[in-house]
Amino acid sequence: MNDSESSSPTPLLEVSDLKTYFRTERGTVKAVDGVSFSLQRGQSLGIVGESGSGKTVLSRSIMGLLGRNNLIREGSIKFNGQELMGLSVKEMRSIWGQEMSMIFQDPMTSLNPVMKIGRQIAEPLMLHLGMNKSEARLTAEKLLTDVRIPEPQRRLNQYPHELSGGMRQRVMIAIALACGPTLLFADEPTTALDVTVQAEILHLINEQRVDRNMSLILVTHNIGVVAGNTDVIAVMYGGKIVEKAPTKTLFSSYKMPYTEALMRSIPKLRQASHTRLATIPGRPPDMVNPPLGCNFAPRCAYARPKCLVEEPELTVTENPEHVYACFYPVGSPEYHERKLELSQRVDSLSTGGQN
Amino acid sequence: MAGTGKAHLRNSPDVLLSVNDLVVEFPVARTGLKVNAVSGISFDVIKGETLGIVGESGCGKSTTGRAIMQLPAPTSGSIDFNGQELTTLSKDDMRDARTKIQMIFQDPISSLNPRRKVRDIVLEPLLVWKRGTQEERDILVNKILEDVGIDPQRAAESYPHQFSGGQCQRISIARSLVLDPQMIICDEPVSALDVSVQAQVINLLEDLKAKYGLTLIFIAHDLAVVKSISDRVLVMYLGKMCELASSDDLYARPRHPYTNILVDSIPEPDPEVIYAPTAVMGEPPSPINPPAGCRFNPRCPNVQDRCRVEEPEMREIAPAHFVACHNPLTY
Amino acid sequence: MSEETVTVSDSADTEINAAIQKKIGWGFWLAISWVIFITLLAILAPYLNLKDPRGYFIDIDGNGRPPYSPSFEHWFGTDKDARDIFSRSLHGARISLIVGFSAISFGFIVGGSLGIIAGYFRGWLDKVISFTFIILLSFPSLVLAIMLTALLNRSLFTISMILGILSIAPVGRLARASTLQFSDREFVLAARQIGASDSRIILRELLPNVVIPMSALALLGMAVAIVAEGGLAFLGLSVSQGITWGSLIQIGSDSATTLENAPWIAFFPILLLFLTVLSLNFAGDRLRSHLDVKESSL
Repeated sequence: MNDSESSSPTPLLEVSDLKTYFRTERGTVKAVDGVSFSLQRGQSLGIVGESGSGKTVLSRSIMGLLGRNNLIREGSIKFNGQELMGLSVKEMRSIWGQEMSMIFQDPMTSLNPVMKIGRQIAEPLMLHLGMNKSEARLTAEKLLTDVRIPEPQRRLNQYPHELSGGMRQRVMIAIALACGPTLLFADEPTTALDVTVQAEILHLINEQRVDRNMSLILVTHNIGVVAGNTDVIAVMYGGKIVEKAPTKTLFSSYKMPYTEALMRSIPKLRQASHTRLATIPGRPPDMVNPPLGCNFAPRCAYARPKCLVEEPELTVTENPEHVYACFYPVGSPEYHERKLELSQRVDSLSTGGQN
Repeated sequence: MAGTGKAHLRNSPDVLLSVNDLVVEFPVARTGLKVNAVSGISFDVIKGETLGIVGESGCGKSTTGRAIMQLPAPTSGSIDFNGQELTTLSKDDMRDARTKIQMIFQDPISSLNPRRKVRDIVLEPLLVWKRGTQEERDILVNKILEDVGIDPQRAAESYPHQFSGGQCQRISIARSLVLDPQMIICDEPVSALDVSVQAQVINLLEDLKAKYGLTLIFIAHDLAVVKSISDRVLVMYLGKMCELASSDDLYARPRHPYTNILVDSIPEPDPEVIYAPTAVMGEPPSPINPPAGCRFNPRCPNVQDRCRVEEPEMREIAPAHFVACHNPLTY
Repeated sequence: MSEETVTVSDSADTEINAAIQKKIGWGFWLAISWVIFITLLAILAPYLNLKDPRGYFIDIDGNGRPPYSPSFEHWFGTDKDARDIFSRSLHGARISLIVGFSAISFGFIVGGSLGIIAGYFRGWLDKVISFTFIILLSFPSLVLAIMLTALLNRSLFTISMILGILSIAPVGRLARASTLQFSDREFVLAARQIGASDSRIILRELLPNVVIPMSALALLGMAVAIVAEGGLAFLGLSVSQGITWGSLIQIGSDSATTLENAPWIAFFPILLLFLTVLSLNFAGDRLRSHLDVKESSL
């Protein structure tokens, strides 16, 4: 897997121009419209976006979990050098659980309510790793200890409804980690949990990732969640990645106006109360008929005529890891020009009454 | 933590709502046990203020909000609104009182009747109370719909499922404004919305509060959101009060260990902030069988022997900053 | 003051909305057309130029001994007493459809009201009503039918009433479950906190919602009632002296030889019964899924 002769090791996951469209009565929904990125072993990628951005479809499409009906899936997904696009469900089954696994948002519906916890964890072990029942049980107990569930032996015999939300999520993590995958998808893993539990779960996921040298793709709408837990962040909008950068770089020098708008619309604890939040007017784009040009242009405060007709390509900054898709990014002369205009307008509105 | 006490109540003529020793218990079917959802809390809200109530699931904040509306009526305690004791009102008098306190809920879609047109939904309260002439009602509804940013024409023709989550929430807000209430209780109004839409709705609430002279109670689990919109914040845990202070103060100097953990746990959009768990939190206890003494004691990093037997009372630890704790943080 | 002006995305929305109006499908309309068609025929039966349904059209010289197979003279043939099947089938439709319709209407109004009341007020009222439902469901329907026809009579009214009583519980339970589900939704709580009275809430907030799953059930229920009547007729318990599909089928299947030699006697009533019941079932099912989708789309 690690090619010591090349300058950089082969990425664990390489996604090229992935498209995932759904045929519906309304038309074809272009949920994922040309996404490319690569992920190294042990690296963690955060995918941030609002509802409708395509982030959930992206993770499931990469794993190949989407139903075949009315689905159009194109592009290339190379996992450990192996092309996944075009593999049958049977072939994917040997990859699921063993190489790649996923943690979902709602632990109540992701666990089988009528099956004991122990059995749910043991199943993949017996199926993929060929363990017998007692081996699997022992391993399951160890996994529960790894995910910090107290009294693991007792828990093995319990049903999901007997555990709290946080504990169920830990069980789900245990199941996902059971066969030692190299890539873990976490799809909004903490959204349904209390904030104190959320912090612990995220910490646990990160700890396990480092211990097992796993790669992690963390999908969420909460930028705060990715801030402390990822190496690289990709911001999605309208089915495309509009900006991607190492985490610290993204926060310190984002380029895309959407990223800026996102950052400024979150209430932050450090701000004084009653600070006016910046909002993004309008609604996410219709993915059956996405707008011409840049998907975000209709809502962008800095948009110019060009943005409405031409689609910006991903441009690289001085940092080769940092790409963005915008004609007039944050910091460009046009950006400052527009910013000045906007603030002048605001000023004139507030002083207008005093004439 | 988890305490009772009234040191934080203000005796001012401007107090609009005063809640005293509120207790709400729900029986668990066929077991004789009860869920101690709210166990003796008190607070007041001054006219024009926004009180934020924050806590995690099971703390009783939503139950508190609904108890104020007597939906359902609390097990015991007093709720004084504008000089009127709500718990002893007759059913008819309570219906009257309800026009002055309105509520908006978490799920924007299920808060609206899917089978009725949006404008009719907003008009409904006026019809129930037979206020004004047809013309006056129409003018008022149109004005309020515009104030919340919904096209009245579209509202007249469309059903809730044809609007987005954020728009549905605005419609709920419009419905609550139509009777010209004095106070609106917001029960997790933005938790189900996207981040950018949350910002819109929060800004809208602030604007409407100023425009219509409202008093707000804002209930949520997101401390950052609550802090942003509130003047004072009350932190609850397992049916009890922990801490009450102005929102800036609460964040800057949290006194209660639970508040401190809460503040620390919030994922800050700042890559420099790393979450380092200070203590193993363990599992949240059940409200059916809450711990003795301070309800937070099994999980508290600052716990002392006293905490396991004696329940703390709210006391003023700094100007206008109250905490119910035997061993609070010091600065 | 509000940054988001209302015109943003408005025109796009109306287009989207128009596109979202999912069609219920031509199958639904085909099924409903059949039901309407057969109902019309049934209503107009006495006025159409049909042969007398109770008349004996024996024509030994021309056609030999009855039963006569289908011909230009008798479209559906005749039975052993030379009675015209076509005419009898259409007349039979009248009673079958009346029984089906009134039974389900009765069940709806009574069962539906009880169910909604149980689901809305809960408490002891719910316990009493639910227990009543359980009793009605546990009562062997056949025994009830036999008892009541023996005690009372076998008039159209009685038969419809029997089937109506039997449909109270299933409809009532659906209405109750539906009401429980909708009462938990916040818009009901919102209506209460506005100050709406209970009756207002039930009529304006709950009923429009509960009626939806109930109406889909109505079509299915009608189908069941018609088949049930057929079953009663087969046992000789249906409307006395009446011509119903059930009795026609019974006449046509009284022996193996009849079925072998003159299958048309039973076949045509069976065909009409089958088409009608199929149409009702199909339409009911399509209606249900169409309305479900509309509500959950977002």
